[in-house]
Amino acid sequence: MASTLRLIVGAVGLVALAIGFLAAVYLTAPVAPGPDLARSKSTSKGLYSLSIAPEAGEPQQGQMHAWVITVKTRQGAPVEDVRFAVGGGMPKHSHGLPTNPEATAYLGEGRYRIEGVKFSMPGWWQLKFGITAAAGADEAIFNLVL
Amino acid sequence: MARRLPKYLIAAAALAVLLAGCSDSGLTDTERRTVASMSLSALPPLPPDPTNRFAENPGAAALGATLFFDTGMSRDGNVACGTCHKIDRQFQDDLPRGVGVGVTNRRTMPLAGVARDPFFFWDGRRDSLWAQALVPLENPVEHAGTRTAYAHYIKRRFGERYERIFRPLPAGLDALPASAGPFGTPAEQAAWKAMTEEQRSGVDQVFADVGKAIAAFERSLVHGKTRFDRFADVIAEGREPSGETALTDEEMHGLRLFIGKANCSTCHTGPRFTDNHFHNTGVPPVPGLPADLGRVAVVDEVLGDPFNCIGRFRDGGEEACGELRFMQKTSPELVRAYKTPSLRGVADRAPYMHAGQFSTLEQVVSHYATAPKAVEGESEIHPVALSDRQRAALVAFLKTLSE
Repeated sequence: MASTLRLIVGAVGLVALAIGFLAAVYLTAPVAPGPDLARSKSTSKGLYSLSIAPEAGEPQQGQMHAWVITVKTRQGAPVEDVRFAVGGGMPKHSHGLPTNPEATAYLGEGRYRIEGVKFSMPGWWQLKFGITAAAGADEAIFNLVL
Repeated sequence: MARRLPKYLIAAAALAVLLAGCSDSGLTDTERRTVASMSLSALPPLPPDPTNRFAENPGAAALGATLFFDTGMSRDGNVACGTCHKIDRQFQDDLPRGVGVGVTNRRTMPLAGVARDPFFFWDGRRDSLWAQALVPLENPVEHAGTRTAYAHYIKRRFGERYERIFRPLPAGLDALPASAGPFGTPAEQAAWKAMTEEQRSGVDQVFADVGKAIAAFERSLVHGKTRFDRFADVIAEGREPSGETALTDEEMHGLRLFIGKANCSTCHTGPRFTDNHFHNTGVPPVPGLPADLGRVAVVDEVLGDPFNCIGRFRDGGEEACGELRFMQKTSPELVRAYKTPSLRGVADRAPYMHAGQFSTLEQVVSHYATAPKAVEGESEIHPVALSDRQRAALVAFLKTLSE
């Protein structure tokens, strides 16, 4: 009788342990693998190396803000006279950015100010940069999660 | 006993782990953070409006309040801002379409928190609260007045107050036509064109100041705390709601759907339950009304408005004009896109949508669950399978945003 009880308690314990483990995994890990959140990367054809940083603190939902993008060659030399096409959006909601950001200033050493960025919703956003300079046209996509 | 203890401990520990992700309210940690972010307590202070240097001027706000409720500010003497924006009705009128001198094509919007919007009207055709306030004054189906008529009226009724707050009234105002403006009758438009540039400019300045006074008043219209906020504040403090701070099981069910499966909080986000943006959600047009393309139809209008942020009536520097300067101008998503309205107080102000298309919240929820195709452009929403019980729960939750 006692051993049956022990068996039941043990079984309940093991089942609860398994459920608890799964619950812990489920509740602490993202449901799906998150997007690549790197803020430095090569453009898709490898012509340029880009890095981006918000100009004044991490972006808050709904606030218009600016980014600084640094454009360098593969060898690490700053790239001047870049023409930008800035786009992006929310891949899961199939809509673009709520604003129309533009490159508004060259800050030297391959750095450019991108103004007019706004993320109007929480969630996964993308910023897409089309880069046209002496080495040719290329592009890169950065992921951000608010 | 010594051999059994570890098993009890394992079972207890496992159950503890199982329950750790949930709380009495049944909300996960992520859900709790979302709930806290939607509390009125999470609303930051109202930012200044550098484009209106009278925005915090009490005299301007007092004059603005007077003008807001003054039916003398209309062609027929019967229409004030407060005619449609009723003070005891959340500053809206419970009608499908607002009625001034005539019937408009749009639902009157409530005004609590309006000073926080980057763009105004359902389609965002103005970029500041003070520029917004001017449009109904000249709309032939709203106040239906003209610019010189308003300037004369201000001088006659409020001249001394106006000059004390703003500036001297234009010299030679008395000699200008009694009623002339760019949107009046053909004769009034001709009279406006016949005025000199300087005369028109002087009248425009008085008109802009009227807008700035009304905007200064409207900055004082704020959201009130609701049952949801009392609940959310307790959640934000990491405690468990009980008694009058608790929501019912049905309201909790609705809340979890709102921030989860039903995807409502994607757009109805933050303490005001709006992303302040424009979306095509496939809301059907009203039969008999003129074609209405929403946001895309007013892009040129807001860019060309002489009272917009880049115009000469703006106070302060052009750095305040980011919203206009970087606004989305050409995207196909702007077709039949309308502003995400705040949901605060929503249960007490049927009918719903930009032209009063739906008379109950149940109809609104049903629209978003079925997500019909848009008549023009692409709807951003997708169907969500919601049972009758789930729909009722969503409506029950929305009712916690009142009181």
